[in-house]
Amino acid sequence: MAVFEPEAEGIVLDAEETGGDIVGRSPWALAGRRLLRNRLALASLALFALIVAVSFAAPLYAKHVAHTNPFESNISGTITIDGKTVEVIQQGGGKLGLGETPIGPTWRSQYLLGADNQGRDVAARVLYGGRASLEIGIGSAVFASLVALIFALVAGFFGGWADAIISRLMDLIWAFPLYLLAISLATVLLTSPNGLTIGFIHVSPDSLWIPLVIIGFVYVPYIYRPIRGQVLSLREKEFVEAAIAQGASNLRLIFSEVLPNVASTVIVLMPLMIATTILTESALSYLSIGVQAPNASWGTIIQDGQELLYTRPWVAIAPGIMIVLTVLALNILGDGLRDALDPRSKVRVKG
Amino acid sequence: MAEPLLEVKDLKVSFRTEDGLVRAVDGISFTVDEGEVVGIVGESGSGKSVTMMSVMRLINDPNAIYEGEILYKGRNLMGVSQDAMREVRGEEIAMIFQDPMTSLNPVYTIGWQIEEQLNEHNDLKKGQARRRAMQLLSQVGIPKPEQRIDDYPHQFSGGMRQRVMIALALSCNPDLLIADEPTTALDVTIQAQILELIQNLKSEFGSAVALITHDLGVVADIADRILVMYAGRIVEQGDKEQIFYDPQHPYTWGLLGSIARLDRPKARRLTAIAGQPPSLINRPKGCSFRPRCPQAFDRCRAEDPQLTAKVGEGHLDACHLSVEDKRARRDATINPRLADTA
Amino acid sequence: MAAFIIRRLLWMFVVLFAISVLVFLIFFATPGVDPARQMAGRNPSAETIKSIKHEFGLDRPLPVRYGLMMKHMFISRDLISYGSHTRVIPEILSATPVTLSLVFGAAVIWIVFSILTGVGAAVLRGTIFDPFLMILALIGISIPVFWLGEVVNLVTQSRLHDSFLFSWVPPLGYTPLTQDPFMWFKQLLFPWLTLSVLYIGFYARVLRANLIETESEDYIRTARAKGLSERRVLFRHTLRTSMITFVSLFGLDFAVLVGGGALLTEVVFGLPGVGLLTYNSLTSLDLPVIMTTVVYAAFFITLASALVDLLYAWLDPRVRLA
Repeated sequence: MAVFEPEAEGIVLDAEETGGDIVGRSPWALAGRRLLRNRLALASLALFALIVAVSFAAPLYAKHVAHTNPFESNISGTITIDGKTVEVIQQGGGKLGLGETPIGPTWRSQYLLGADNQGRDVAARVLYGGRASLEIGIGSAVFASLVALIFALVAGFFGGWADAIISRLMDLIWAFPLYLLAISLATVLLTSPNGLTIGFIHVSPDSLWIPLVIIGFVYVPYIYRPIRGQVLSLREKEFVEAAIAQGASNLRLIFSEVLPNVASTVIVLMPLMIATTILTESALSYLSIGVQAPNASWGTIIQDGQELLYTRPWVAIAPGIMIVLTVLALNILGDGLRDALDPRSKVRVKG
Repeated sequence: MAEPLLEVKDLKVSFRTEDGLVRAVDGISFTVDEGEVVGIVGESGSGKSVTMMSVMRLINDPNAIYEGEILYKGRNLMGVSQDAMREVRGEEIAMIFQDPMTSLNPVYTIGWQIEEQLNEHNDLKKGQARRRAMQLLSQVGIPKPEQRIDDYPHQFSGGMRQRVMIALALSCNPDLLIADEPTTALDVTIQAQILELIQNLKSEFGSAVALITHDLGVVADIADRILVMYAGRIVEQGDKEQIFYDPQHPYTWGLLGSIARLDRPKARRLTAIAGQPPSLINRPKGCSFRPRCPQAFDRCRAEDPQLTAKVGEGHLDACHLSVEDKRARRDATINPRLADTA
Repeated sequence: MAAFIIRRLLWMFVVLFAISVLVFLIFFATPGVDPARQMAGRNPSAETIKSIKHEFGLDRPLPVRYGLMMKHMFISRDLISYGSHTRVIPEILSATPVTLSLVFGAAVIWIVFSILTGVGAAVLRGTIFDPFLMILALIGISIPVFWLGEVVNLVTQSRLHDSFLFSWVPPLGYTPLTQDPFMWFKQLLFPWLTLSVLYIGFYARVLRANLIETESEDYIRTARAKGLSERRVLFRHTLRTSMITFVSLFGLDFAVLVGGGALLTEVVFGLPGVGLLTYNSLTSLDLPVIMTTVVYAAFFITLASALVDLLYAWLDPRVRLA
């Protein structure tokens, strides 16, 4: 009997022998499959998409449905309800009957949620406000992620002086109480009535870019830290060493090995980041140092509604509900993404 | 003949997964007698750990399905309540695990952890638990137990930590000690020490031991009987001499061929078992080892071999080859040099 | 140990210095921004601006101004607010008990409820209660705290004020504990509840995630193999390790709030605490008050960070003896 030589035998395991195909799936495909099974996450994604769509359709709503310009004061305007002409701002509100009260929700296409102190259509404003809040929320999250990503790649990958300086800087920003930093920057940058001129960049005082950059800036360290940590650990991993042994250049390494892995971290963080930035923007706007007139955001409308809170609560309640729904949807989505990409999650399997 | 301490009857453990039902343990039966050392050998995924974890009912997976019986001192542990099981664990059956680095709670001293177990199962007066813990520590060979008892796990080396685990396991005089790959994570030199420790303590405490490993060399010294598992089933079992000197299953040959031995003429080179273990979801027809078996013939593809005693009492194997055929082919496999001169 | 304390104190000093300089620069050195103009109100004349500059010493070089401010803040302790023209430090000190009352009360509530919820969800895993509790927690962290406060006020002060449920709710404001304990409590109850909603949601989730992660550790398996009861495994082993993260996060959040981070709650409920003071000073560019409140807040945060590190070492022996 000949000696057993593994190579000579050339054992080939065909499908029948191994008992069926074991199909290899990439981690992305696995994650995608998991995510698709998570109905709650999908529903949240749909909700978020709906809110975005509706908010960006604000001009359409204002024009065709509500027939108003939500940015124009309409103090002496009138609308027709049931054939009767009603003044938008009525006399005789308040405890002593001496105040003025805008009309409440009419549940019709015009002034669906009533009017605010300036006679403007609240429903239309809420939609426009959504547009601003979402633009700033998403924009600042993207801004923060990009800035953090660049710094983290440089610091984590090249180490040495770059890492030391960048990380100290980030530590300092991180140590600064978040709300103080945001409020300080906002207060300072919004005081100038002529806008801001830095070099050749001129920004008008009511530009949405100001709150966007401020909020993005404040959150950079929160994204920077985990990404830098990941870059550092990736640098030590074998597949990077292997690529270096193959003669890959630094740039190629960053793009082909490090970036894809880091990308998944950023993607998982994104919905949660946006949820956070939306909340921060609404707080700043509520304090009147976020979005500035004539623009509106959900936060500013809540501020508008504060005076009318006990008489016409919908002005303040409606934008808040929108915030809660949007942030909740983003949180659920963020959780779902994280579970989908985490191989350890123990899911109960049917069948 | 006395009743066996542990009797596993046709145990099947399966897990529901996204890809299908994984049959980790597919109908195994064996016994462990009092004071006996049984070695359970197999590669990763053979089901050896799952088997013994099921004995302790430590598998915390909602997707696990069990069939069969596990009789301990006559009682079926599968049907017993959680409270009753807790009384068994630690006190009658104890277990030590593979990785001593992570098996001990890092925030409590080892003295506290040993005392915790002692107090759980015994009614001890103040100070008694601590004295007993110190005694255990010196029994497992930890120097200066009066100092080290107040140290934390991370202050010990791997080998020392495993000794602590053994002390913990033996603290309540269990009748059965399950050691799940106790030496795999340790240096080779420490391995021998730990195995020797287990052997000594076994005699001292009178416990039976179920030693799980993927390395036949580990059980060579201390096991009385050996079970060889493959793909969730037992493919050969017998006492130590039978397995080492008259192995009947080609997989066992592969395992033996892959260890260097001093008692045989030097082999040309160590043989390796080619291929991968089969999928536990869709078993191939016939013998599960056939795709990797150099001795396979037609019957192996068609018929699933049963575990039966062919060559002697207590020595069972699951292979279609006749005993003579086996002996002829075996020597060639394990000792190629010998075959050349034949 | 002593070395650790000294190092942390030095670092604290460095951070406070850096932050105070940073704030100073933000308010007085940002290009295109002129605080004197801002303080002068609408359409100021050149003389007005100039006189304001001189009055507040804004025409002196930056480092001098900074130095003077620091001297007044720490050494002579007679820093005067631009806005109210009263001393800053007493102003902050009188606001402190308000904030402390708010934050302590909220902290007690949120610790209790987040532990209940987090442990409950982890223990009840697999039943309907787990996702239910977690959705509640998610909603909690999705609600803007100032909006929640407004809604709470709407209900308790206006809409349902006349019902038996809320008729006892006093008007918004703060009464010192020493003056009238019942009033103090009644006025703070809803601010406490409002502020804690966010934190209960956050901490419950963190705790639950930690518990589940710890659950899969080997030493928990060992604990079960020892035959310990589920209750003991949960509290003495799983929870004990999970609390380490919980406690460190808590320390920092608590410090931020004490330093003035609860300003939104204070604004909505009309509580004259440090947060409200900070906010007012920021929007009116009252630099002395700004500087003091920023240093005050940063002090607490760096102190808390050092304490949390100490606490971490106490809770996790691996860090202590490494």
